Amino acid sequence: MEKELKILKYSDLPKMIEKFISQGYPVLAPVHKGKIVEIEYVQSLDSIALDVLLSTQSAKKAAFPKVEKVLEYTMNKAGVVQHPVDPADSKETILFGVRPCDASGFKSLDAIFGEGPSDQFYLSKKEKTTIISFSCPVADEYCFCTSVGGGPGNTAGSDLQFTSVSKDELLVEILTEKGKKASRIFADLLTEANSAIDKTKFIADVKVVFDLDSVVAKTTASFGNAELWLEQSLRCIGCGACAFVCPTCACFDFQDEQDTKKGVRLRLWDSCGFSLFTLHTSGHNPREVQSQRWRQRIMHKFAYMPEQLKVVGCEGCGRCSRACPVDMNIKEHLTAIREQVTV
Amino acid sequence: MEQQNIYQPYLMEIEKITEEAPMVKTFRLKFTNEEEGNKFSFRTGQFGEYSVFGEGEVTFCVASPHTRKGYIECTFRQAGRVTAELASLSEGDTIGFRGPYGNIFPIDDWKGKNLLFIAGGIALPPMRSVIWSCLDLRDQFKDISILYGARTVEDLVYKNELAEWKERPDVHLVTTVDPGGETPDWSGEVGFVPTILDKMIPVSENTIAIVCGPPVMIKFTFPVLEKYGFKDEQVYTTLENRMKCGLGKCGRCNVGKVFVCKDGPVFTRTQLKELPDEY
Repeated sequence: MEKELKILKYSDLPKMIEKFISQGYPVLAPVHKGKIVEIEYVQSLDSIALDVLLSTQSAKKAAFPKVEKVLEYTMNKAGVVQHPVDPADSKETILFGVRPCDASGFKSLDAIFGEGPSDQFYLSKKEKTTIISFSCPVADEYCFCTSVGGGPGNTAGSDLQFTSVSKDELLVEILTEKGKKASRIFADLLTEANSAIDKTKFIADVKVVFDLDSVVAKTTASFGNAELWLEQSLRCIGCGACAFVCPTCACFDFQDEQDTKKGVRLRLWDSCGFSLFTLHTSGHNPREVQSQRWRQRIMHKFAYMPEQLKVVGCEGCGRCSRACPVDMNIKEHLTAIREQVTV
Repeated sequence: MEQQNIYQPYLMEIEKITEEAPMVKTFRLKFTNEEEGNKFSFRTGQFGEYSVFGEGEVTFCVASPHTRKGYIECTFRQAGRVTAELASLSEGDTIGFRGPYGNIFPIDDWKGKNLLFIAGGIALPPMRSVIWSCLDLRDQFKDISILYGARTVEDLVYKNELAEWKERPDVHLVTTVDPGGETPDWSGEVGFVPTILDKMIPVSENTIAIVCGPPVMIKFTFPVLEKYGFKDEQVYTTLENRMKCGLGKCGRCNVGKVFVCKDGPVFTRTQLKELPDEY
């Protein structure tokens, strides 16, 4: 659909959230939780952390929760009875106050879960999520969205995008049919915007630090470059924090939990950085050392996904670098691949 | 409308348990829901996720042939947490099965050819599915030879079926055990699989070789096949890597860009040579 532009007053944001909630839409938004900023359900604007550049956790849990029930069963003398778990059992939800890199991060997850037999647990939640992102007025040294095809005002993946255009006013871009539907809920708070308004004046300037096509080509050619992966991963302790904060990481595990009579099978986030991830029962491990696991992380995002799913598995949000306890920085590692590798 | 849950298994009743070798059992599984069983079909080479409710899932091939309907079989060695639970179950108990997943051995393309099966240890089960699928369509193929080796006589699986193949005039079976693994009454060969293969002087002309076994066996078997003129596209194998979903999503079984679960598990040696060393 053709984009529509409106103006919303900052002072009307609390009313907007109230309207969503009173009309039965749960609202997920960034919330301060001690030292970190989580994505959680909120009841009013007060609890929403609009003052931070980025939440610690990405927004992926709106459609891909950290823990999710995929099976439920009871056991009796006659055997096992499965109680069907409906993957589509979720509510239409507003995901509010996330950044453009969060919104566009869903395209990687869409590709992974939508490819082949589709994962309706993810797809139906994603379908029912309306994403209201805020463009970024500032960025920090970890951000590199513009190097991976995004940007601080990128609207890809967002249904509505808000941009702060003065201290009192937000520019509202209505981008999709879902966004249009959500905007009707607070239509009385919207006024017409001047169509000549230049959004770029109000967003951060994020410098491009590398040429993506070149990084993809060089990464693709680097499987056998053991020295490169070793050098890049010497510090890596395999904690998996990078994967857990990443908006595009989709690897998962299943675990059963049960008492004597009933049980559930849970799907949980996992990480290719963990040493047990690929360990065979025999003791053999195809990715035995951390450098091979680092290679997997980078190659999956910058070689395998671009080739097979036509999407780069990185949004340049820099969360992995901010979360890394040993200060590994993906922007620097990718720049090094760009500079050191010759193809 | 309720959407399909791709992670929900079929319920299967354990109809029959066969002790194959120390710690190795075969389960014959019947669909609890007859209608699901009637709709179900698979092709030889495919695998599935077998679940023990409360413990989790484990990945094995379907060890029975696709030519036989109404049940599937799996053969497994008790080695980890889930297989230990599986091994403790009895006939009549219920387990789960998701599948079939993955690609197939293209036996339709092998019509009119000689087939040479080479298997080691617990890798006979995936091969047994192909062997019976081909034997059930015996007139479509020319000579069928099977070379099977295990560490000891006791470790040979499917002992009854080996005896049956031995008796059949239309099957050439050679069994072998590693040096030191033989018993006084052992009448088969003694020696490692590649050595015995060399003694068999295999004919590569119009032959497909299917190789499945531990990595070290495969490593030393390929050169022998090469020596007798087998081209890479005449040689098939099946890979395994740790898996959770079986559907190309959970992210752990990939060998480079190739997912063993959906691009494999069956590969020709030509394809195998293109894969990086990650399996």
